[in-house]
Amino acid sequence: MTVLIALALLAAFSAGVYLLGRRRAVVLADGKSASLHSLPGYHGTWVALWAGVPAALIVILFAIFGGRLEDAALRAQVPAAVAALDAERQEVFWSDAGAMSRGQTPSEIGYVGDLKTALDAKAAEGRRIAAIGLIAVLGLSGVLALCGVLLAYPRLSKDFRARNRVEGWTNVLLIACSTIAVMTTLGILLSLVWESYRFFQSVPPADFLLGTAWDPQIAMRSDQVAAEGAFGAVPLFAGTFLIMLIAMAVAAPIGLYSAIYLSEYAGPGLRATIKPLLEILAGVPTVVYGFFAALTVGPTFRAFFNWVGGFLVGGPMDSLGQYLETVQNQMALTAGVVMGIMLIPFVSSLSDDIINAVPQTLRDGSYAMGATKSETVKRVILPAALPGVVGALMLAVSRAIGETMIVTMAAGLQAKLTANPLDTVTTVTVQIVTLLTGDQEFDSPKTLAAFGLGLTLFTVTLALNIVALGIVRKYREQYD
Amino acid sequence: MVAPMTAQPPLIRTAAPHTHNPAPVNPPKILVRDINVFYGAKQALFDVTLDIPGKAVTAFIGPSGCGKSTFLRCINRMNDTIPGCRVDGRIEMDGENVNDSHIDPVVLRAKVGMVFQKPNPFPKSIFENVAYGPRIHGIASSKSDLEGIVEASLKKAGLWTEVSDRLHQPGTGLSGGQQQRLVIARAIAVSPEVILMDEPCSALDPIATAKIEELIDELRQQYCIVIVTHSMAQAARVSQRTAFFHMGKLIETGSTEEIFTNPRESRTQDYITGRIG
Ligand SMILES: Nc1ncnc2c1ncn2[C@@H]1O[C@H](COP(=O)(O)OP(=O)(O)OP(=O)(O)O)[C@@H](O)[C@H]1O
Ligand SMILES: [Mg+2]
Repeated sequence: MTVLIALALLAAFSAGVYLLGRRRAVVLADGKSASLHSLPGYHGTWVALWAGVPAALIVILFAIFGGRLEDAALRAQVPAAVAALDAERQEVFWSDAGAMSRGQTPSEIGYVGDLKTALDAKAAEGRRIAAIGLIAVLGLSGVLALCGVLLAYPRLSKDFRARNRVEGWTNVLLIACSTIAVMTTLGILLSLVWESYRFFQSVPPADFLLGTAWDPQIAMRSDQVAAEGAFGAVPLFAGTFLIMLIAMAVAAPIGLYSAIYLSEYAGPGLRATIKPLLEILAGVPTVVYGFFAALTVGPTFRAFFNWVGGFLVGGPMDSLGQYLETVQNQMALTAGVVMGIMLIPFVSSLSDDIINAVPQTLRDGSYAMGATKSETVKRVILPAALPGVVGALMLAVSRAIGETMIVTMAAGLQAKLTANPLDTVTTVTVQIVTLLTGDQEFDSPKTLAAFGLGLTLFTVTLALNIVALGIVRKYREQYD
Repeated sequence: MVAPMTAQPPLIRTAAPHTHNPAPVNPPKILVRDINVFYGAKQALFDVTLDIPGKAVTAFIGPSGCGKSTFLRCINRMNDTIPGCRVDGRIEMDGENVNDSHIDPVVLRAKVGMVFQKPNPFPKSIFENVAYGPRIHGIASSKSDLEGIVEASLKKAGLWTEVSDRLHQPGTGLSGGQQQRLVIARAIAVSPEVILMDEPCSALDPIATAKIEELIDELRQQYCIVIVTHSMAQAARVSQRTAFFHMGKLIETGSTEEIFTNPRESRTQDYITGRIG
């Protein structure tokens, strides 16, 4: 809160400085702003940047790291009564002291005697440290802001190249933003790799990648020390693959054909209506598809298969009939089909773009040869667009692999190694969710397994995306 | 200011500079009567009436935007593929109105080939490019028949010697002039009766242009050729008849020699001498 107020004050200060710098430039120019090297606004901006940015940086750094520094200062001196406690209780003491210094209630109230005095003393100390820190930072940023103005303002002159200086600042700002983006991604990746490394220390990678039993509760081999269950991920890979295949079997033809219809057959009016509609479909949250799958599609499929089974029972295909009658709501087919529907707009709008990028001259050439529309599509447009379409489909595959919600709701949680689309299966993403939901300790192999799965998923989708984007890009350049 | 026309020497050397008889006009292949074309509400062509002879080259000239391409596209009904384009009037080819509702544009376009301004080979092999028409129209009865058609077409287009050893490489890998001859081969592979060319040389260098012009001169023994060009010299070199368009109207038509040496209309004179356009 204090930080936000400080930043707002700084912003107001910089705005004032901006006006000041601008006025100065106008005065310098004697009213003829063309005689300046840079427009007055640039002079104002440059001074304002010097006033605002370094000070704001200090405030932001304090907001990020201040808490930790204060905590360290608080713990620098350990009262004797606390040192006597065991490590776990010490932690509780420190966090309670911190909480009290911030005016919150401690989690534990069983403090008596020496401990109680120590707690109160530390809480008071904590308040003091926080106050000192705040004043120091506010003072420092205030001084920085003033220094910025005092150093920058006198440098304004007629020939001062404020425009180029502001350009330099912009450059730095942009670099900083992109660095943050890249660093975050890198950080996520590193933590993924690190946690997976810890996982693979307790479960050998070969067992993980090749094992066919997935049950994070039961020991896989009795002599295995740390592992508390079976971590063979093959059933998950198989389930993911099965659902992805079903989804693509739905999404690829329908998406592609609707793209062809949109770009080659539909008139401009129709196209202008259908395309936004398809894009709305792409905006539906996956959880909505999920309950559509669980509540509508699943029961319908089940009723259908049970009904078909009823006919077959007693006939020559009795055993198949018996099986069909036992089919349940949750099955790979439901999840796959609904996921396919979810992917249709994705596939069709990407393919539509790609088909539209095929030059009109090729179409004209084909029509002028006396080809019909469908011949032109089949023999000229699709072959020309093929690499791009393949790229679009691969992007769809990587989305299908990463999709979680629909599968959780429609395909079940049981890890089965099966190719039967009517059976329940589970996928990598769903297992990550189940491994990490609920109360968990974060260093058991069970939770760490999520990172192993995450890393595998990340590697596969990354590879798919790289290949797909490469293909799409290459295709785009082909006609330039 | 327009100079007296009669005493003027030829502005540009025509195909037959020493004869003063009009070039023999073959019986018309295409009769155009009162063609009006609209793009939406905007009219692009006004009452165009014209005869186009068979086994000869007719050149369309005129400033940019005057409707030459639009008119060319009427002949093979390519305007059908442009949304919002409407064509009124009669175009008779061998006595049949191509705008008639019972005429299938797909069949018509097999009879009327078209070559575009920018060479547009399909992203297929050279062989497949030429075989495209025969395949979709079921012209070849066997594989060797198809190969024969491809070879004959490439020979007619003067490209055979250059590509005979790489028929199965992509047509897009050829040079611009070769690509243009490839699409001409593609057009003649279905034995059309008419070939429409819309500025076929505007993307080519002089040597490639000379080759295409030579080719056009040969092809006119067999086909009715219509060519749109912005080069007066080219019109004079390759065509026997010329039609001058201006602002959507056909201003003047006649033998090429007449148009270039002794135009009846002052606008024609101004255009070919470079005063408008
Ligand atoms: N697809 C279209 N939609 C709307 N108007 C068009 C279309 N094509 C051409 N026109 C208009 O019709 C008129 C004639 O165009 P056309 O392309 O036939 O001219 P052109 O004589 O071939 O010109 P150029 O020599 O530049 O190729 C122009 O005014 C043009 O703007
Ligand atoms: Mg044109």
